[in-house]
Amino acid sequence: MLVMEKNAMTEEIELLVSKYGQNRSSLIPILQDIQRKHKFIPDFAQQEVARLLDIHPVEVFSVISFYSFLNTTPKGKYIVRLCQTISCDMQGKASVAKAIERELGIKFGETSRDNKFTLEFANCVGMCDQGPAMIINERVYSKLSPEKAVQILNELK
Amino acid sequence: MENKKRKGDVLFSKYNRGEGIKKALSITREDILFELRDSKLKGRGGAGFPTATKWTIVAAAIADQKYIICNADEGEPGTFKDRVLLLEYPELVFEGMVIAGYTIGASKGIVYLRGEYEYMLSSLEDYLDSMRKDNLLGKNILGKSNFDFDIIIRLGSGAYVCGEETALIESLEGNRGEARNRPPYPVNTGYLGMPTVVNNVETLASIPHIITKGGEWYRKHGTDKSSGSKLFSVSGDCLRPGVYELPWGTTISELLKVVGAKDTKAVQVGGASGICIPKSQFDRSLAYEDVATGGSIMIFNESRNMLHVLKNFMEFFVEESCGQCTPCRLGNVKLLEGVEMIEKGEYKFSYINQLKDLGKTMQVASKCGLGQSSSNAFISILENYKEEIFNGNGGGNGK
Amino acid sequence: MESKGDFRAPVSQTPHTIEKPKDTSTIGGMISVDINEKKISVPLGTTILEACKIAGITIPTLCHHEDLCVAGVCRICVVEVQGMRTLQASCAFPITSPIKIRTSTPMVRKARKHILELLLSEHYGECYACFRNGKCELQSLAKEYAIDQFTFGHVTEPQYEIDNSSYSVIREMSKCVLCKRCVRTCIDLQEVGVLESIDRGDKTHIGTFLEKPLADVICINCGQCINRCPTAALRANDPSDEIWAAIDDPNKHVVIQTAPSPRAAIGEEFGLGAGHSMTRELNTALRRIGFDRVFDTNFTADLTIIEEGTELILRLYKALVKKEQVALPQFTSCSPGWVKFIEHYYPEYLDNLSSAKSPQQMFGALIKTFYAEKAGIDPANIVSVAVMPCSAKKFECNRPEMNDSGYKDVDYGLTTRELAKMIKEAGINLPEMPKSNFDSPFGEASGAGLIFGATGGVMEAAIRSVVEFVLGKKAEDIFEKANIIPLRGFDGIKYMEIPIGDKVGPVPQLLKSLVPNWDWLKGATLKIAVAHGTANAKKIMDDIKAGGKFSECHFIEFMACPGGCIGGGGQPIPTTPEIRRLRAQAIYSEDESLELRKSHDNPHVVKIYQEFLTEGPCSHLSHKLLHTHYLKRGRYIA
Repeated sequence: MLVMEKNAMTEEIELLVSKYGQNRSSLIPILQDIQRKHKFIPDFAQQEVARLLDIHPVEVFSVISFYSFLNTTPKGKYIVRLCQTISCDMQGKASVAKAIERELGIKFGETSRDNKFTLEFANCVGMCDQGPAMIINERVYSKLSPEKAVQILNELK
Repeated sequence: MENKKRKGDVLFSKYNRGEGIKKALSITREDILFELRDSKLKGRGGAGFPTATKWTIVAAAIADQKYIICNADEGEPGTFKDRVLLLEYPELVFEGMVIAGYTIGASKGIVYLRGEYEYMLSSLEDYLDSMRKDNLLGKNILGKSNFDFDIIIRLGSGAYVCGEETALIESLEGNRGEARNRPPYPVNTGYLGMPTVVNNVETLASIPHIITKGGEWYRKHGTDKSSGSKLFSVSGDCLRPGVYELPWGTTISELLKVVGAKDTKAVQVGGASGICIPKSQFDRSLAYEDVATGGSIMIFNESRNMLHVLKNFMEFFVEESCGQCTPCRLGNVKLLEGVEMIEKGEYKFSYINQLKDLGKTMQVASKCGLGQSSSNAFISILENYKEEIFNGNGGGNGK
Repeated sequence: MESKGDFRAPVSQTPHTIEKPKDTSTIGGMISVDINEKKISVPLGTTILEACKIAGITIPTLCHHEDLCVAGVCRICVVEVQGMRTLQASCAFPITSPIKIRTSTPMVRKARKHILELLLSEHYGECYACFRNGKCELQSLAKEYAIDQFTFGHVTEPQYEIDNSSYSVIREMSKCVLCKRCVRTCIDLQEVGVLESIDRGDKTHIGTFLEKPLADVICINCGQCINRCPTAALRANDPSDEIWAAIDDPNKHVVIQTAPSPRAAIGEEFGLGAGHSMTRELNTALRRIGFDRVFDTNFTADLTIIEEGTELILRLYKALVKKEQVALPQFTSCSPGWVKFIEHYYPEYLDNLSSAKSPQQMFGALIKTFYAEKAGIDPANIVSVAVMPCSAKKFECNRPEMNDSGYKDVDYGLTTRELAKMIKEAGINLPEMPKSNFDSPFGEASGAGLIFGATGGVMEAAIRSVVEFVLGKKAEDIFEKANIIPLRGFDGIKYMEIPIGDKVGPVPQLLKSLVPNWDWLKGATLKIAVAHGTANAKKIMDDIKAGGKFSECHFIEFMACPGGCIGGGGQPIPTTPEIRRLRAQAIYSEDESLELRKSHDNPHVVKIYQEFLTEGPCSHLSHKLLHTHYLKRGRYIA
């Protein structure tokens, strides 16, 4: 990371700390904001958060690794999370997954080469009555068919 | 999205915004606790702890700060009632929190909203703003001097275990969502060490009704031991999946009829951590005294492979266990391996029985509710679908 | 005790427990419990585990450790509490009302067995090929519960790569049972914060920041995690194979120095209770193993006192008389764990750190210069080994700046545990050894050097000398038997003021070239403090940063390990407050039995200033050989 980038990151985190408060309870909201903006939480950001909240970097890393929606390596601009739990599974998750993989040319767990899409499975997203469902960034899409899923992705491309 | 739901006479009965808070502020805390006790309301998350008892302990506690937390980390597979409540009836949930705050003496409420529901965040924030405008939140609420209360929403980050109340509190405190040792319970030592009430969305949504219409009115619905109504999240093999408000005591076959389920082979009640009810037991009723549940109903028809269902559940738990205690972290792995052995037809019955036994240990020796319930499906599905699993799919290869 | 009771973080392990009442005679202060039909009365808040101990009932434990807060994660200690559906972890259950406990029901026994079988299924390796064989808590539980098969399988391939990047600590996570003792040690007890749980579910493991190798994170090498690990997941980086090779090489002259703390603890490895000093038996054993010379680290401990004490006097003189800007308080620098801690966490205070090397490194430099010359041996052929209670000493001797003799000053740091292993390998039963003395030219040392091993010891040794230098009186006339009691014991932080008064003595010969007289100290009060365990060190450092009481101190002793060196990361396992107390007692009573109890009275020290370091303490040559500098490491990891 360049010095300028580092400074900008520090400034950003300082702002977040003053927004949420300088205590450990603010950790997750701060990480969520960084995640939302950068699509991941860079090494340097983790250490800055640790410094400003007076905790150890490994504690920040430990928390990030615990939660599915926080990550320390870059992901695509659009994170596609297809629900894999039983209700969606019974309503045709597998064929939707296949169609998405074919469309983007990557497997679940991977990020497309242009860094646009990351494919992940999610556990129950609470759309069991309208499955199969997926969440792309914070938007939810329900009653998917393979065609509908492909169409949604194409609109984002 | 469109939410299909069937309204009942209790939770989805007519309600005017602000009514509950107004009524609550006009009576004493003791009166509120009386109505609540009278209503016999029990926690709707699944555990069924009497809400009045929880509130009374925190109300009686002496502390600088107390908290009311709304558990909106609805992560149990097959559950989505909170989604509907928050999207369509936020007034019930938030007013329930205000009334709780008034009763227990808290000035701060926190909604722990699961990360998957981030799309609701802005509309919920807007709703809170409108409440602030109407002085249903903020300082001296509705003119009641010295009653200040506000609500913040905190998002989860994708961890099922955070639905467990102490794991939820840990998460709010900026930690890994690992359940705490209990006792002490959150009512004594909760968020930031302060007395804390953690209530399910549906529990809180029941409060304004109970306050405006009375505990007696509420108690008239449902059964003796399960008062009021229950929201059921129905999914799977049926014509009309959605949220249903039904009186407690409804039998499974009645419910199946209402939702238009045909050729039903099994009903998983309570989500992945619940139990699987076979056809022979469809006359059982959904109530604390019989099949207690947080409301997840997943329906499987004759075409479904129950071993596949079980595998899906076990994969879920292997991933979603927080990983701190031995029985849950490793037990679920062993159970999943067992399912895979059956799938391949490479198993010994004696070993499967040992795994069931292990499941029973997990139920009593795990640290929190997740590990204590994650083997339920393993035990009940293997027990109730023996024939299908070991003769059909297993191909009789068991030695 | 120590830093216990003032925890922060981590996570679910924060002690959300119930406080015990200060006065148990109040109503409700005592609770009666029924354990296996035996009725006893315990203070409110007592855990079931503690109550069972009182009742004389053994409960198996794995994640529980006396030094650490409650975790309640391994679940091996579960018991039945009447009226509760589930079993309760006895280590984590505070008793607040009368309850009935059953500790050996079919359900309890089955659960414990299941838990053990689960742990064993994921625990890589075979017991007979493991350094903790016979000393592994998992192994002894398996024995206790008569585990005779791997019901749920047993891993055949390691799940994790061994991390042997560090000079001090090796992590073999395939043997980890996730008790999190190391996490609680690292974050709570030591406030170093290198280890935490990473990932969740079946992928949960103990890891470092960004999964970096230990050598690349801010590990201070204290090894406290090793002392508390129930299995062989953590161990010290053992150089004994290389040492054997040197011993077997006829061209090598292998010398060994022994520090006081290993001598006070090594008996534990041979079945003796804690608190048996084996100094002279060890000398014999080491010679029989094949070491060519056996030296006493206390000699350079005495030298350290002279150098470090002189440095303090010079700093004070510069500050008070010459009005120069000098870094005060002066910090001790003999604990390499503490040195690395300050290099990472408080690099802006490195000037406060005494530039005097630790006794180990001073000895190293002298062996390959002074001794080599005297004995007429080419220093290139000398292999210098140091027996230390410490895993950080391994890192210290490998610091690139520790080559002032022109060679690697100390070749190998060997822990107490590793030395015990070597002695056993040689077929020697240490307690049966006849006693023998240390080798010349360094010979015997003072009791002041000896007590370096316990927290407060360095300070006590320094004060014994400083008061005699300045006041011209015997230390015995000021402190009864020259024992400085306020500096002893295991309080996390100790503080003491010593008024100088109006009467000062003459300047001793050794210091004449440095200060003209002591008049400038008249009426002054010497303020000193002692901290052990880096969590306590952190408290003092933060206080200094904030300009608090400790910023007015003149001299502060810091030891990285709880209890000081006797509780070091290279000491026999297990470690408990009681074991550390007994080891310290052994050291203090050995000190009291000696004639020679002050560093400056040590004739060999006097001699070395006459013959070798002729310009005196803190002079040019002494700076070259006996002093060092430090590195601003900071806390950022690239």
